[in-house]
Amino acid sequence: MSAVAFTGTSVMDIDAAKVRGAGSNVHFDKVSVAYGAHVVLHPLTLDIAPGEILAMIGPSGSGKTTALRAVAGFVRPASGRIRIGATDVTDLPPYERGLGMVVQNYALFPHMRVEDNVAFGLRAQGADKALIAERVKDALGTVGMSAFARRYPRELSGGQQQRVAIARALAVRPRVLLLDEPLSALDAQIRRNMVEEIARLHRSLPGLTILYVTHDQTEALTLADKIAIMRDGRVCSHGPTTELYRRPPNRFTAEFLGRANLLPVTVEEPVGSKGFATARHGDAVLTGAGRDEKAGDKSLLCIRPQHLSLTADSEHTNRIVGTLREVHWQGELTHLVLDVDGTPVRVSATKLPTALPEPGARVPLFFAPADTSLLPEDAGV
Amino acid sequence: MLVWSRPGRIVLWVLFALIFGVLFLAPLAVILLSSLADQWNGVLPNGLTTEHYADVVKGAAWNSVKASLITGFLASALALVSGTWAALSLRLQGDALKQLLGLLFFIPSAVPSVSVGLGLLVAFSHPPLLLNGTVAIVMIAHFVLISAFTFGNVSAGLARLSPDFEQVASSLGARPAYRLWHVTLPLLAPYLVAAFGLSFALSMGELGATVMVYPPGWVTLPVSIFSLTDRGDIFAGAALTMILVVATLVLLLGLERVTARATGS
Ligand SMILES: Nc1ncnc2c1ncn2[C@@H]1O[C@H](COP(=O)(O)OP(=O)(O)OP(=O)(O)O)[C@@H](O)[C@H]1O
Ligand SMILES: [Mg+2]
Repeated sequence: MSAVAFTGTSVMDIDAAKVRGAGSNVHFDKVSVAYGAHVVLHPLTLDIAPGEILAMIGPSGSGKTTALRAVAGFVRPASGRIRIGATDVTDLPPYERGLGMVVQNYALFPHMRVEDNVAFGLRAQGADKALIAERVKDALGTVGMSAFARRYPRELSGGQQQRVAIARALAVRPRVLLLDEPLSALDAQIRRNMVEEIARLHRSLPGLTILYVTHDQTEALTLADKIAIMRDGRVCSHGPTTELYRRPPNRFTAEFLGRANLLPVTVEEPVGSKGFATARHGDAVLTGAGRDEKAGDKSLLCIRPQHLSLTADSEHTNRIVGTLREVHWQGELTHLVLDVDGTPVRVSATKLPTALPEPGARVPLFFAPADTSLLPEDAGV
Repeated sequence: MLVWSRPGRIVLWVLFALIFGVLFLAPLAVILLSSLADQWNGVLPNGLTTEHYADVVKGAAWNSVKASLITGFLASALALVSGTWAALSLRLQGDALKQLLGLLFFIPSAVPSVSVGLGLLVAFSHPPLLLNGTVAIVMIAHFVLISAFTFGNVSAGLARLSPDFEQVASSLGARPAYRLWHVTLPLLAPYLVAAFGLSFALSMGELGATVMVYPPGWVTLPVSIFSLTDRGDIFAGAALTMILVVATLVLLLGLERVTARATGS
């Protein structure tokens, strides 16, 4: 599996540039969706820039698939408009939207060979034979499946079927590629490889806008330029991937994207010129990256487990003390669970002091102000 | 139920052989023997002969075979098209309407076929709907009786078809007609073939309604068999039955071969 890689082809690159010129941004303008009286998507306004990968993540039932299918044209918005580039597609049937779609179980046409699957879209659109042959060759080359053109889908592994599904979507040169949990049917090992290959694919097709729906935060963090986090039919946060991870705007985001320790604090001094505020947790006065908190506000200080250290140095200037409860050794990482005045705090460490404290011991923890983020206490759960 | 012990399995096999043999094979074997029997007074025929076959072939057998095959083929084809059409359109309707219309489709198969024949006879015996004594009324009777089965078969197939296939096809730019022809129908093919085969077999064996409506010159195999045995000509009736069985089997097997090749399995 991992030996075969997506290899970008020049023809694709040229076309990607053309597509970028055509404007392939997706714009949700107050789009809402309801099944009967049940509103599953509350008015959603969201932009996906041309060439951007937006990962939409969220718990099961939060409306991710619904949003994607609204773009594809299989779910009719109750209100609002959807635009792709300059075109308002809200009232267009799916076959006039110029999209590529890959679904969870691939849905390769079982009665067609791989090459006919890939050619399907172009044939349906009445493209001429020479063009179809060239595009099919390109698309299969791009996903590293040229050798399998004459096979039937049932003769392919899950990962190979997935590549063919992507090739089939790419062959029509879509303005936007819609991927709905494309990797969830694969096992963990292949999934990791495929995430990297989709990233590589996108580097070779930089103009391709991708809406990537998943509930796997690792896929989202690895691939996405931006992430939108869905919750109960609403986008509860949206922003550039690293920013959302480093400075989550609310508790739900902090806990959904990676693990987070959330320490209840009271703001002492609001944000200063360097972007840091000070806050008190029990006896400890801590410095953290703040927003618009006022002195006296109750707030949460978010610290990722890998940013907590058992040893002090010039950067790790914040100090809290907790009681060690559990130690889990997992090979590359060791996870510690401490109790800091009733708040469970997790630490993931790659290297530990040689003399590890026993459970029950009081242990100081150090972290850097730059690795923290203050967030409002009431938002989220 | 899985039985692992050796005696247990032997008992099961014997039981299976008995049921299958008594219920399915014995009647067929008796018919086969009668069709070849010279005289049959004791437990077994007194002698064997092919005379009955020669007789029926000289008589009306060939015309009956032709009438049955043509009726079966046309009625099944018509039922297949309309059943598929109905199933495809009903899929787009709301659940309540779907259930109601689905039920309507099955009414003819709940009514005794003789009554269906009688109903058609009465309904089509006045101008402008004067179909009495035409081949068309036989076709209609068969169509009415078998279309419920094609509809049921195709509906079952559609219900098992993941909507993903058609949606992916649409998103790739396939218009509804193209999608129907290149995606939906090929994926339904196994169900269509099964529906056609079942309709055909049903039509080949249909007697109740046909006997009410058949015109002179369009005597289907079951009607011929019925009138032969009614006249006491048991052996000739048996010979004709064997011809019916073989004709139907050959057709169904041929159909299966064709689809196996087409679907590549
Ligand atoms: N056809 C439908 N009729 C009624 N309700 C529906 C229908 N499709 C989806 N829903 C509801 O809409 C809500 C959102 O569903 P959606 O499929 O968008 O969730 P999702 O975020 O993709 O979840 P998952 O991660 O499980 O795929 C759910 O509560 C679901 O029950
Ligand atoms: Mg989903």
